[in-house]
Amino acid sequence: MSMTHTITGIAPAIAEAIDQEMAQRADIVVLGEDVTYWGAVFGFTMGLFQKYGRDRVIDTPITEQTFMGMAVGAAAVGLHPVVSLMFVDFLGAGFDQMYNHMAKNHYMSGGQFAMPVTVLTAIGGGYGDAEQHSQVLYGLFAHVPGFKVVVPATAYDAKGLTISALRDPNPVVIFGHKLLTGLPFLPFEGIADEPVPDTPYTVEFGKAAVRREGRDVTLVAAGLMVHRCLRAAEQLAQQGIDAEVIDVRTLVPLDTATLVASARKTGRVLIVDEDYQSFGMTGELAFRIQADAFDALKAPIRRLAVPDVPIPFSAPLEQRVIPSVERIVAEAQALFGAPARATAR
Amino acid sequence: MLKPEPSLPDLQYLVAQSGLTREQLLNAYQQLCLIRAFEETIADRYAIGKTPQFNMAAGPIRGEMHLAVGQEAVAVGVGLFLTDADAVVSTHRPHHHALAKGVPVDKLAAEIFGKATGLCRGKGGHMHLFDAEHRFACSGIVGASFPQAAGAAFAFKHRGEPHVAVAFAGEGAANHGTFTETLNAAALWQLPLVIVIEDNLYADSTPKWAALAQPHQFQRALGYNVTTYLVDGMDLIDVARAARQAIARARAGYGPSVIEALCYRYRGHFEGDGEEYRTREEVERWRQLDPIPRLARRLTALGWADDAVLAGLAAEATARVEQAIAFAEQSPLPEPDEALVGVFR
Repeated sequence: MSMTHTITGIAPAIAEAIDQEMAQRADIVVLGEDVTYWGAVFGFTMGLFQKYGRDRVIDTPITEQTFMGMAVGAAAVGLHPVVSLMFVDFLGAGFDQMYNHMAKNHYMSGGQFAMPVTVLTAIGGGYGDAEQHSQVLYGLFAHVPGFKVVVPATAYDAKGLTISALRDPNPVVIFGHKLLTGLPFLPFEGIADEPVPDTPYTVEFGKAAVRREGRDVTLVAAGLMVHRCLRAAEQLAQQGIDAEVIDVRTLVPLDTATLVASARKTGRVLIVDEDYQSFGMTGELAFRIQADAFDALKAPIRRLAVPDVPIPFSAPLEQRVIPSVERIVAEAQALFGAPARATAR
Repeated sequence: MLKPEPSLPDLQYLVAQSGLTREQLLNAYQQLCLIRAFEETIADRYAIGKTPQFNMAAGPIRGEMHLAVGQEAVAVGVGLFLTDADAVVSTHRPHHHALAKGVPVDKLAAEIFGKATGLCRGKGGHMHLFDAEHRFACSGIVGASFPQAAGAAFAFKHRGEPHVAVAFAGEGAANHGTFTETLNAAALWQLPLVIVIEDNLYADSTPKWAALAQPHQFQRALGYNVTTYLVDGMDLIDVARAARQAIARARAGYGPSVIEALCYRYRGHFEGDGEEYRTREEVERWRQLDPIPRLARRLTALGWADDAVLAGLAAEATARVEQAIAFAEQSPLPEPDEALVGVFR
């Protein structure tokens, strides 16, 4: 019987996954800004430096394009770099090496070069870090062929998905929401003291999790929004609406079958996303669901996302654009004919 | 760049000091001839269907075409000292680097023709050539080669392997932040990296004086404590003398070097280039420094080859190119559905 321990937050779970893989394998190295003393700032590499030293846990100069390029070159000759892109907002400084090389070299080389790179990055707002430190942006990565896009919502998933990433010969980007990290300097909206197996295990990519079963409406989300949907579901239950909550876990690959099955069961779907609304996850999921469940839908699919504005600083402004529990409830009610307070279309 | 043409005793001294053997120089001569024949044959085939109206999509070779006629000595002079296990990351003008690294000429040609038998099964084409067996990669994005080669160098050092990584790039690419970022990182970590700047005086159409605040890259490299060589890139022996030292230093664990090779491309930046930015007289002046007859004269002066030997080497090279081009032309195109596989491994 497998023993468990408790973890609060995805950050220690990700760090534990990397630690357990690094202990078994020599090919893993950790690269990035502040990955030693500060654990990549958001804790994803916490404790690794103390155990493995600077030979394997390497602070880089602040040069995203260069350390992402180094990861491409190192992976091409057999290392498995774990690279920290501290805030996803910084991708602009390194994206050429990511989307033109990391994501394409396996395809362009006719399959000759594997590209085993795991990128760790922190996403999301809700704590007043404003336009350049609060974005989600996984839709950009999911749009470019060649990245696997992983968005853990729980510590169990964070550990298992990270181990899957470290055993994957392809580029995998793990998007860890800051409000799920469990770090003392940030609000926490995840699960406290979650039991997690001591030993290594994997969570398969492309398998969504039904976090709450329900009959009347399907709420679909990733990362932090899974937890807000679960809280919204509790409020909806008090109003007699039985909501199902689905955590997609990975945008690429995407478990369309689970989404379609739930949509066919409930007939009503609300997709909730903390990324920008247009041309992103909400539209893509809605398309896939309607393609296979149109005849079972009782109402047009609704969505709630950041309404195509940057994430503003001041609290009432930020709260206006990032989906809240109240807004999720209102949007779900609108699927039953109630007027939604939200302006998202 | 003109250096004093050595007298026979000085030539004997330089060659003896460099450690270059007769076999190496005869091999180098044949490689120069092979690359020249390859590039000129590709130019010939590329032109098919593209006159009188220049249309990049027409003819047996599609897309852009950047040829290195005139720059052969830089690639060959470096390649002489590399093994299959050393890594080379090249640029949008990659054929001479690939051939000097030992990439098979028939698969290279087939890839340029977009054939199923090409290095990358027709997925990469002329600017995206990969050969895992010879650890050769390139990128069509200017400035991308530096960090990727540094990453391979990092992996070699990390694993305690005696291999070296080489980044080729033009003097235009050296204006990219990746050049100085990589210089800093490679010097910081003493990576077994050799950066070769092929300074052919023009970044696309932009003359060097219009884009560089200082005339030479060695000035930049010295700012990062990186050993540098300023060499005559039209002189195989001058390039080889520097490359031998730089590669030996990297292999022995003494860190990175920059080789700044002044050279010239006789053809346009791309095939079809109107060359409004330079005169025919300038091109003719540089042709006086052509690396192939220069090396031939020296081999003759040293008594290491006569006209018949040199003609024989050139004829063999031409025959190998003709065979490779015929192989490419006769090979099948890929099945269309090949496009749909290979994003992930």
